[in-house]
Amino acid sequence: MKIRLDILRKKRGGEPYLQSVLFEYSDPKTTVAAALTEINADPECKDIEGKPIGKIKWECSCLQKKCGACAMVIGGRPSLACDSVLSSLGERVRIEPLRKFPVIEDLTVDRSAVFDRLRDMQVWLDGQAQNDETTTASAYEASRCLQCGCCLEVCPNFCVDDTFVGMAAAVPASRLIAQTDRKQSKELYDLYRKRVYEGCGKSLACRNICPAGIDIDGLLVSSNAAAVWKRKRKRG
Amino acid sequence: MNGVVIIGAGLSGLSAAIALAENNVQSYLVSLQPSERAQSVLAEGGINAALDTMGENDSIENHFEDTMRGGAYLADPNAVDALTRSAPETVSRLIKLGAALNVKGSQPVLRNFGGQKKKRTAFAKSSTGKIIMTALIDETRKYEASGLIKRLPHHELIRLLTKDGSCTGARIRDTYTGELTDLHAQVIICSGGLNGFFPEMTTGTTQNTGSCAAMLFSMGVRFSNLEMIQYHPTTIGISGKRCLVTEAARGEGGRLWIMTKEDKPWYFMEEKYLELGNLMPRDVVSREMFFVRRRDDTTGDVYLNMTEIPEQVWKSRLSDLREEIIKYTGDDPKNTPIAVHEGIHYFMGGIDVDDRHRTSLKGLYAAGECCSQYHGANRLGGNSMLGAVFGGRRAAETALTTDLCEITQTPFTGEDEFAAEPSEQLIRQERDILLSALGIVRNEADINRAIAALDELGSALNSPERARVMLGRAMLISARERRESRGAHYREDYPGTDESLRKKSVAYVSGNEVHTELRDIPERRTANEDQA
Repeated sequence: MKIRLDILRKKRGGEPYLQSVLFEYSDPKTTVAAALTEINADPECKDIEGKPIGKIKWECSCLQKKCGACAMVIGGRPSLACDSVLSSLGERVRIEPLRKFPVIEDLTVDRSAVFDRLRDMQVWLDGQAQNDETTTASAYEASRCLQCGCCLEVCPNFCVDDTFVGMAAAVPASRLIAQTDRKQSKELYDLYRKRVYEGCGKSLACRNICPAGIDIDGLLVSSNAAAVWKRKRKRG
Repeated sequence: MNGVVIIGAGLSGLSAAIALAENNVQSYLVSLQPSERAQSVLAEGGINAALDTMGENDSIENHFEDTMRGGAYLADPNAVDALTRSAPETVSRLIKLGAALNVKGSQPVLRNFGGQKKKRTAFAKSSTGKIIMTALIDETRKYEASGLIKRLPHHELIRLLTKDGSCTGARIRDTYTGELTDLHAQVIICSGGLNGFFPEMTTGTTQNTGSCAAMLFSMGVRFSNLEMIQYHPTTIGISGKRCLVTEAARGEGGRLWIMTKEDKPWYFMEEKYLELGNLMPRDVVSREMFFVRRRDDTTGDVYLNMTEIPEQVWKSRLSDLREEIIKYTGDDPKNTPIAVHEGIHYFMGGIDVDDRHRTSLKGLYAAGECCSQYHGANRLGGNSMLGAVFGGRRAAETALTTDLCEITQTPFTGEDEFAAEPSEQLIRQERDILLSALGIVRNEADINRAIAALDELGSALNSPERARVMLGRAMLISARERRESRGAHYREDYPGTDESLRKKSVAYVSGNEVHTELRDIPERRTANEDQA
C-alpha cells in the first residue's frame, strides 16, 4: 500500500512550505505516527522530488491515544497521529500542525497556552476532595482529558489570548466542581462562570472531536448546574 | 528560597515536587513533555495497599512478604518495609486529592492482582495511572501558581554538574530553542525506565529515551540489577509499540489458554499453579507462555479468554480496556478470546539507590522506574505506581534533611559533548543486539555474542552513543554474571536458583570501562533499629 503525505513544514525562523513524501507500508494498521517515525529513522528518505527530507519535528509519547502529544491536523481534522490509520486516509493526505498555537518547527506547536489557562482558572483543589460514589463517575470522566488541544482547534470561540478558556480547561475544572462545593472552591466556580459558561457559544463543534471520547456535554451540563444555575436559582 | 531540581515529571517527579512544596522548598520540574504526556498516564491496573476494605484480613506484613517473594528476595527489605507500611497512607492521600478511584461509599474497592493472595489493588477502571496523575498535576498547579514549583516542559537533561565527587546541578536544554542552561542545586532523577533501549518493543512511551540513564551511567553513577527486565505476559502488537492488556483482566477473571493439537483449549496456568493460577507473578506467567508455545503438542498463540467476566465488571471496572482491545484487534473481548504475547514492560534495574533514595553520588537522588528499588528481580503488578509515588516523596524527604541552597541558573554557551543526538540507526542496532540476548530465556553463548556485537558498533560514536553502548554492555554483563535463574532472569544454562547469589548486581563505569560485581542485600532492621 502507498500513500502520499503532504506535510506542512517550517524550520525555526523560516517560512512554511509543503513537502510531499510517498510512503509505502504493508500493515493496514499503520498509523500516521508510525509513518513519521519510520521516515525519521531513515536518513536516506527523499521526497517526491528526490530532495532529502531531514528529520520532521513532531511530538509523540504514548502512541496509543492516552497522552495527547501527537495532536495535529490530518486531512483537515484535528486528530492524534497515533490514532490515524493510513489505510483510512485514502491515497493522499495533508498533515499540518495545529493552527491555533505558535509553530515551533514542522508539526511541533507550543501548547503552553493550554496549561496557562488551567492555571488562570485555578484548577486545583483547596482542602479535601469529596470522593465517593456520587462524584466518582464525573471526576473519572473529567480526569481523562489529554490536553491535546483538538477541541480548541475546532472551537469557534477559542483563541489563545481570549477570556474564554475552552474545553481543555473546562473539562479538568469539572472534576473539581464535581468533588467540591461552591464554598470550598469559590474562585474556581466564579472563574468557570466567567471564563467557560459566558464564553461558550454552544456551537458543539467540540462534541465529536475529542480523541479520548470524553462526554464533554455531560460534564458541561453538570458543571453549569453547579457553578451557574444553582446559584441563580438560589438568588431567585 | 531553597530548591531542588527534579528531572522527570511523571508520578515520582510530581510526588517529589509536591513533598518539597509542602515543606516550602522550591523545585524546578524538568521534562521533555508536560506531565500529561508522561509514561505514568499509561499505568492501568492499580496501586497496591493493604487497606483491607474487602474483608480478607489483609495486612502490611502480607504485602511486605508478597513483594519480597515476588521479587525473588532481591529487594532491600528495609525499603520494602517502608513502602508497604506507608502504602495505606499513600493511597489515602491520593483519594483526598480527588483521584477518582473506584470506591464503595468512600472506601476504595480493591481487586486481585498477580502474586498476591489478597485483594489489595485500588484502581480506577483500567486507567489508574491517568486518574492519579490528573490529581497530582492539579495539586502541582496549586504550588506552581505560588511559585514553589516551576514546570519546565520541553526541556531535557544534558548532563549532571559535579564538583569534588558531588552533584551540584544539571545542565538542561530547551528543545524548542536549543538553548542550554545550568541549574545549580541538588538533583532528583525521576526519568523513567530503559524503554528507549528497546524502541517499538515495549509498552512504554517514546519520551523514555534512555539517554538520561546512559549519560548518568557514563558519568560514573552506579546502577544495579540491570539484568532484571520484566516481560508482561499480556500485550498486543500495535502500530509502533506493544500495547498492554492490564493484569486486571486476569484479576477480574480472565484466563490464559493455548490450543492443543487435539484442538482443545489448555488452561495451562490453572493446571500447573492451583492456588494463584493465572495470577502468578509476571515472570512466571511469561515464562510459562514462552514454554507452552514451544511444545510439540500445542499450536498457535496463547489466548486470554475474558468471555466469562460478568457484564457488571466490564461496565464498572474494565470498560476502557474493552474499548481499547476492540480498537486495536477488531475483536470484542467480551465475546472472543484475544491472542496475547509477552512484551517488555518494566525495568526492575536502574540507578542504584539506598532505602532513602540516595544514589552513589552525593547530592543526587533517584525515584520511580529509573532507580532500582522495591521490586528486586520481578515487580508485582500494582507496586510500580506505589513505588513511584512513595519513592518520589521519600527522595524529597531525604533531600530535605540536607543543606539545600537556592536554585540559581546560568546560561551555558559553550560546547557540550552530551548535547549531540544519538542516531536512530545506532539505537536500533543496539536494540537488536540486546534483544538477541536479553529475552525471557537466556544463555551465556547468546550473551557473549551480543557483547561482541556491541564491541563492533564502531569507534566513531558520539558521547551519547558511547554512553548508550556502555549501559547496554552493563546490562549484558550483569546478565552473564548472574549464573542462576531468579525472577525475570531465566538462564537455560543455569535453570536453578543459587542462594549464594542472592545479592544485587552492581554496575559502574570507571576509567571508561564497565565494571560489575555482586553486593550483599541488607538484613531487615527491627523496629527499634529503624527508630535509631
